Amino acid sequence: MRIRKPGLLTTVQDLGRPGYQQYGIVVGGALDSFAARAVNLCVGNDDNAALLEIAQIGPDLTFEQDTLIAWGGADFDARVGGQPLPRDRAVRVAAGEVVSFGLARGGLRAWLAIAGGIDVPLVMGSRTTYRRAGIGGHEGRPLVAGDALKLFEPTPWAKQILAALTSGQKRAVTWTVRPETMGKPARPGVVRALRGPECDWFAKEAQRAFFAAEWTATKEADRMGVRLSGPELPLLKPQEMISSSVNSGVVQVPPSGQPIVLLPSRQSVGGYPRLAAVVSADLGRFTQMRPGDTVRFEETTLASAHDIFLARERDLARVRMGLARLAG
Amino acid sequence: MQITPLGDNALVLEVGTVIDESTHRRVQAAWRALAAAPLPAVSELVPAYTTVTLFYDPWAAVQAGAPAQGIADWLGAQVRERLKNPPKMEKTKPRVVEIPVCYGGAFGPDLARVAAQAKLSPEEVIKRHAKADYLVYLIGFAPGFPYLGGLPKELHTPRHAKPRMTVPPGSVGIGGEQTGIYPLATPGGWNLIGRTPLRIFRPEQTPPVLLAAGDHVKFKSITATEFAELQATQ
Repeated sequence: MRIRKPGLLTTVQDLGRPGYQQYGIVVGGALDSFAARAVNLCVGNDDNAALLEIAQIGPDLTFEQDTLIAWGGADFDARVGGQPLPRDRAVRVAAGEVVSFGLARGGLRAWLAIAGGIDVPLVMGSRTTYRRAGIGGHEGRPLVAGDALKLFEPTPWAKQILAALTSGQKRAVTWTVRPETMGKPARPGVVRALRGPECDWFAKEAQRAFFAAEWTATKEADRMGVRLSGPELPLLKPQEMISSSVNSGVVQVPPSGQPIVLLPSRQSVGGYPRLAAVVSADLGRFTQMRPGDTVRFEETTLASAHDIFLARERDLARVRMGLARLAG
Repeated sequence: MQITPLGDNALVLEVGTVIDESTHRRVQAAWRALAAAPLPAVSELVPAYTTVTLFYDPWAAVQAGAPAQGIADWLGAQVRERLKNPPKMEKTKPRVVEIPVCYGGAFGPDLARVAAQAKLSPEEVIKRHAKADYLVYLIGFAPGFPYLGGLPKELHTPRHAKPRMTVPPGSVGIGGEQTGIYPLATPGGWNLIGRTPLRIFRPEQTPPVLLAAGDHVKFKSITATEFAELQATQ
C-alpha cells in the first residue's frame, strides 16, 4: 500500500498496547475499537489486525495488487476510481486504483481495514502508533506522502471473497456490517454512564446537573480526550485526589469544573476526581464529536452496562459466524 | 478493602487512603498476589499510591464462567479470595537503583532558583538531593516517569507558573514536594536541577522502563565528563 496524500492525521492502529500501564505507557489503539473490529471482520482479519485510523481529512492511497478493503466510521467522501467507495462491507480495489477519502462530512474519524492487515513491527506487543514516544505503527509517526506499507497475507476466506468479486466483475459484496446497529444502541444525543469512584465528592446539584445538562464539545479534543462545556460542577468541599488509575470513558473534572471524557490515548493515571464513566458501547460517540456538538449523559447501573456490553459482543459473534459460512 | 467500578471494564481496589510507606507496602503486596497467577478475564493490573486497578473484559469473564448478571461480584470474590490466601512468594529486598546526575549548569538551569528558595548554596542543594533515599510509589504520567517520595522538605520548590515548552529527556526536576526524571522530551513546569545520561524509557528492552513501583532511588552527582562517557554507553 502506498500513501499518495497523507490526510490530516492518518495513523496505523490496532486494539492498543494493554499490559504496560504499570510502566506509564498508554494503551492507545483505534479510538473506536468496536468500529475497528467491525471493518477488520469485513475483510477476514483478526480483531487486532493493524489498520488505518483516518481523521477529518482522509488520505489518498493505492495498492500494488488487487486487494479487499473495508471502511467505516465517520461519513467521508470516500471514492475509488472517482466513484463512491461503499462502506461497512468488503470492497475490491484493483492494483493501481486510487482510493481517496476526501473530507469528513459528518463525524471525525474513520477506520480502513485491508485484508491481511498492515505489516509493521510489533512494539511491546502492539502495532499501535504511540506518537508521543515515537514508537509503534509506521516509524512511530503519522503517515506522510510516499510512505509504503507492507501487508500480511490475506486469509483464505478473504481470498475467496476477492476472487468471487473479481470473477463477477463486482466492486463490493451486498452484505454489510454496521456496528452502530449492534447490541442495544443509546438514543440519539445520549450516552450512558456509570457513577465514578469520586461521584460523591461533588455537590448534589452538580451530580444532578451532570446527568441533566446538555454538554457541548469544545475545540480542546484529541486522542487523549474531549473537553466539554456546560454547567460548572463544583466539589462539596475542596479536596485533592491522590493520583490513581483512569480508564477510557472516565469523566474527570479538573478544578475548572468542566469535565473531560478520556479516550484510549489517555495517560495511565490521573489526579482529578472521576465523576462518571461512559459505558464502552457509547464511547465511540466521543471519537466523532466536533466542536459545538452536544450530548447528554444518562445514568445507568453496572449490571445494565454489562448487559449492553454483552449484547454488542453477542451480535458481533453472530455476524462473525454468519460471514464464516459465506466462503468455503 | 473497597472495590469500586471504574466503568464497565475496570475495578479499583482501594487498600488505603493516605500516601505513606505502609500503604505502599499493602499496594505492592496486593499487586504481587494478583499478578502471581492470572485471574480469568483480567488483562491488566495497575498499581498507584493507594489503589490497584484491575482491567477486565466482561465478555471473556462470562466465557470463563461469570454469571452475566453479576460479573463484577464474581471477579471481586476471586480477588478477595486471592488476597486472603496470597500465594507464597519469596521475600525480596527492594531494588536500589543508582541514578547518576550531572547537576547545575546547562543541565540544571533552575538549580540557583531552588537554592535561593531553600536559602542554601547550590552545592548544598546537590548534596541534600543526592543524599536522600527515594521510594518509587508509582510510574505514570509518561513512560517510566517515577512518582518519587522522600524529597527533603527544605528542597520543596513551587513549579514554574509558565511551564517550559520542552524539557529535554533525562532532566531531573523538583515540582512542589516531588522530584522526578523526565523520560521523554515533554512540556514541563518543574525546576530543572540536573540531567541523567541514563535512558528512563527504552522501548526495545524488557521491561521497557528503568524503574518500577517499589524500587528505591539514589541520585549520584557526576561531572560533565562522566555524563558524556555514560551517555556514549547508553
